[in-house]
Order: sequence, then structure tokens, then C-alpha cells
Amino acid sequence: MRRNAKRGHGWLRLPFWLTYVFLYVPIAVVVLMSFNQSKSPYAWGGFSLRWYGQLAGNEKIREGLINTLIVAFGSTVLSTVLGTLLAVGLARYNKSRLVDALSTMPAILPDLVLAIGLLVFYAAVKMTLGLHSVLIAHTVFGMAFVTAVVRARLNHADTSMEEASRDLGATPVTTFMRITLPTLAPGILAGALLAFTLSIDEFVIAFFTAAPTEPTLPIVIYSMVRFGVTPEINALATLLLAVSFTVVIAAQRMTKLTEALS
Amino acid sequence: MSRARLYGDGTMKSTVRARVIGRLVTMGPGFGFLIVFLAVPLALVLSYTVFRRGRFGGIVYEATGENFTRLIDHLYLDVVFGSVKLATITTLLALLLAYPTAYMIARLPAKWKVIALVAVVLPFWTNFLIRTYAWIVLLNSEGLLNSGLDALGLGKVELLYSDGAIVAGLLYAYLPLMILPLYSAIERLDPQLREASANLGARPIRTFWSVTLPLSLPGVLTGCVFVFVPSLGNFVIPELLGGGRRIMVGNLIRDQFLKARDWPFGSVLALSVIGVLVLLLFAQAWATRRVGRDA
Repeated sequence: MRRNAKRGHGWLRLPFWLTYVFLYVPIAVVVLMSFNQSKSPYAWGGFSLRWYGQLAGNEKIREGLINTLIVAFGSTVLSTVLGTLLAVGLARYNKSRLVDALSTMPAILPDLVLAIGLLVFYAAVKMTLGLHSVLIAHTVFGMAFVTAVVRARLNHADTSMEEASRDLGATPVTTFMRITLPTLAPGILAGALLAFTLSIDEFVIAFFTAAPTEPTLPIVIYSMVRFGVTPEINALATLLLAVSFTVVIAAQRMTKLTEALS
Repeated sequence: MSRARLYGDGTMKSTVRARVIGRLVTMGPGFGFLIVFLAVPLALVLSYTVFRRGRFGGIVYEATGENFTRLIDHLYLDVVFGSVKLATITTLLALLLAYPTAYMIARLPAKWKVIALVAVVLPFWTNFLIRTYAWIVLLNSEGLLNSGLDALGLGKVELLYSDGAIVAGLLYAYLPLMILPLYSAIERLDPQLREASANLGARPIRTFWSVTLPLSLPGVLTGCVFVFVPSLGNFVIPELLGGGRRIMVGNLIRDQFLKARDWPFGSVLALSVIGVLVLLLFAQAWATRRVGRDA
């Protein structure tokens, strides 16, 4: 029997490794090419950091980055506050299917559908587009993820501390600030981190809801990529890869740490 | 009245009031936000499907069914069939690659399991445009793959701007979304079922077809929803890797809203994508129930 199981594994190794090769070779090529001295993006001409230097001087990318950070910070704060409150409310007061469905919908809905929905809505209420319209759009899905993460944490939370706090005469607000929030802190932090990364990388919804004069970084990248391969994009891609890899691994470490602590 | 006790003052009336206030304070803002910026926009899109487009864009509030009949126009039907074909090929390839991978991950020792899973998720958390761009670098006529072919004396092939390039890009974008639900479905399987099957003399292939696969079907369908639906609605990959030669449903929707300014027809297209999503979700729920009943 053991032998059978082992033999079953043998040929599974091929697709297993193929998956990882498939996932990492394209990224590796981009990273390698970003350190290429040669102007031609395809032939190796020795190690160089010149494209990173050129990148630092690119005005459009800097503007896009600033816009992206404004939107990401704003929507993260908003979705963290709204999402946390909603999660607490859902867990404590209501099993309403409507609220439930509405709060999980942005995570399942194709981004394009949400994008056109908001475009149509902004036009209907005659709202001008700008960073605020992207910020609101990103809050819609950011909130969904914060709510989901905090709810997962609430489901495992011990309510006896809150009960004790209330029995001792604390007001609901005091109980919430002193007991509920600290217990939920790791979940809230994880949700906020998720909302932030999602917002920074988000392209489709921003493409539909941003003003042409205030593009976010992914929109700037999109217009650059449309004109083909340049060593500068390789450098930018490498930096973005480094940032997301760091964030994901840090988040992974953090959740493990909080799991170990709780 | 254990609830009443929780609030310290013990009277029913103030407990009810406290609950109403608590509900308003916690859920009110978020729920209100979702109504205004999610429910209303979706309702608008839904309602636009039955109205006429204005001559210069915009909406004329005059009921019509012609947006739906236009969908059957062979021009658009071709686009729909073409996208469904590419999305289906992508989903099948993802399944073929992801199932064995997820199966292997589920059987790794705990420490390696975490590393393998993080390695699957990592590319997914990096910028989607950058991941698509990586394939332009790879498939370009001067790119790595073509240099390899050239060195082998096979000559250069136009790899970019083809259906194959689109499928490669879509597969690359959504493969992690197939692996993760498959992993959690396979991980949850009771190993005793497989052992029982083997003990009864079933060969591994037979065990796979009659035990492992049927029980992991909910995971398979979840993965298919996660890959198929976004593939259908993607407009960036067909544009960047397909070079605009192949128009997919996503491109068509984008164009109706940003170029042709035919919002009613664009809404019908968006509604059909939602329809596909809902249909697949029902199939998934059905499979989950069935497995739950059998197990």
C-alpha cells in the first residue's frame, strides 16, 4: 500500500515543479533585465543600476506614486474603520443575509463590473472624477476584505472579558475601546495591510474612476507598458516586486507571531 | 434574560434601546456606504439594460429590448464564443497544472507546506500589470524564448500577439486562484478513505477517480469560478499580449463604456458576465451540498 502511494507521487512531481517554474521564471527574467547595462532590453551588457537612477528622475512615475499613496492611505483608513465596525455589528447584533451578502459581494464581483457600476453612478450623481472617486471605489472592496478578516478573528474571540467589563459597569463605548479593539487588533492590522496592498496594485477600477489628469501608479504603468518594453519598466517592476514580496512575507510572519501569542 | 444581565442595568427596555443604538453605530456607517456605493451602482447598471442609448452617449429613459437582441448579433456572438473558448482553455490548463500541485502541497510536511503555499501566493500579490508585462519581455520577438528557439536553429516565431499569448497571460494571472481552493479541498479529505479504497484493492488511478476527485469537486468548481469569470472579464491581457487582434468580452465592455459610450449595451454585457458568475456559484453550492450529503 505504501509503495502504491509512493508511486502515485512520483509523476506528480513534474506538474508540481512545472507550476513553480511557470510562476517564477517570468518574474526572474524581469528582475535580471533591470540590472542590465545594455540599452537593448534583450541582450546582456553587464551589471548596472543606471535604469534605477533614470527611474528616480521620472516625473510621471513620481506623480503616479504620490496619487497612489494618497488613495491607498485614505481608502485603508476608511475601509478599516467601516469594516471593523461592520464586522463587530454583524457578529454581535445581526445575522441579516442582506448585509452579509452586500459585505462579501465586492470580493467575488469581477472588478470590471464594480468599475462600470461606479462610473455610471458617479455620472448619474454628476460627481467630478478625481482622487476622491478612486478612494471611494477602493474603499468598497477594501472594506469587504477588512470585514472578512476581522469577522474571522471575532469568531475565535473569547467574549467573557467583554461580559466582565459590562458587569463591572463600563459603558459600551469604554468596553469597545478597552476590550474589544485590543483583542481584535491583530485582525484589524492584517485587514488594513490587505486593503492597503490591494489598493496600491489596483488597476481596473482606478482606470474607470480616476481623472485623466490624476492617474495612479498602475495607470501610469499601463500607459508605459502599452508602448512596449523599456529597461526603466524592468527597474520599476523589480522595485514593486520587492515591496510586495516584503509585505506578504512580513504579513505571513506577523500572523504566525500573533497565532503564537494568542 | 442573560442578554439583559450583560448590560448591567437589567431592564429590558434599556437593553433593547442599547441594542438598537449599538446596531446603528456599528453597522450603520458601513451598511450605508455599501448601499450608496455598491447596491445603487449595480442597480443602475441593471436598470440601464432596458433603456435606449442617447445619440451622444448617455441614457434615454425609453424602455427597449434591443440591447438584449443585439447580443445575438453574430458580430458580438463571435466575441462571446471566442472569449468563452479562451477562458475555458485557460481554466482547463489551470486545473491540469493546479490539481497535482495542490495534491503534492497537501502531502508535504507542515513546514514545507507553508513555504510552498506562500510561494504560490507571492506572485499573486504582485502588481497585475507587472506580471503581464513580464510575459511581453518573455515572448517578444527578441525575447528569451525566441532567443532560445533561434539558438536551437528553429528560427524566430511570432509568440506575442496571439491567442496562445493571451492564454499564457491569463493562466499566469489566475493560476494561484485555482491552486488555493483545490489545496483546501484536498487537505480536508480524510486519508482513511483513500486507504480504505486501496485496501479494497483499488489501483491509485481508480481511487483518484472514484474517491479523491468526487470529494474535492467543490474545490474544483470554486477554482473554476475564480479562474473562468475574471478571464472572461479581463481586457488588459487581450490588449497587451493579444495586441488587440482578439477582442474579448472584457474589451467589449470597456469599449462600450469608455469609447462607444453605449452604456445600455455595455450594461447588458456586464449583466451576462454576472449571469455566468451566478450560474457557476450555484453549481459550486450544489456540489458542496452533494459532497456534504455523501460524506
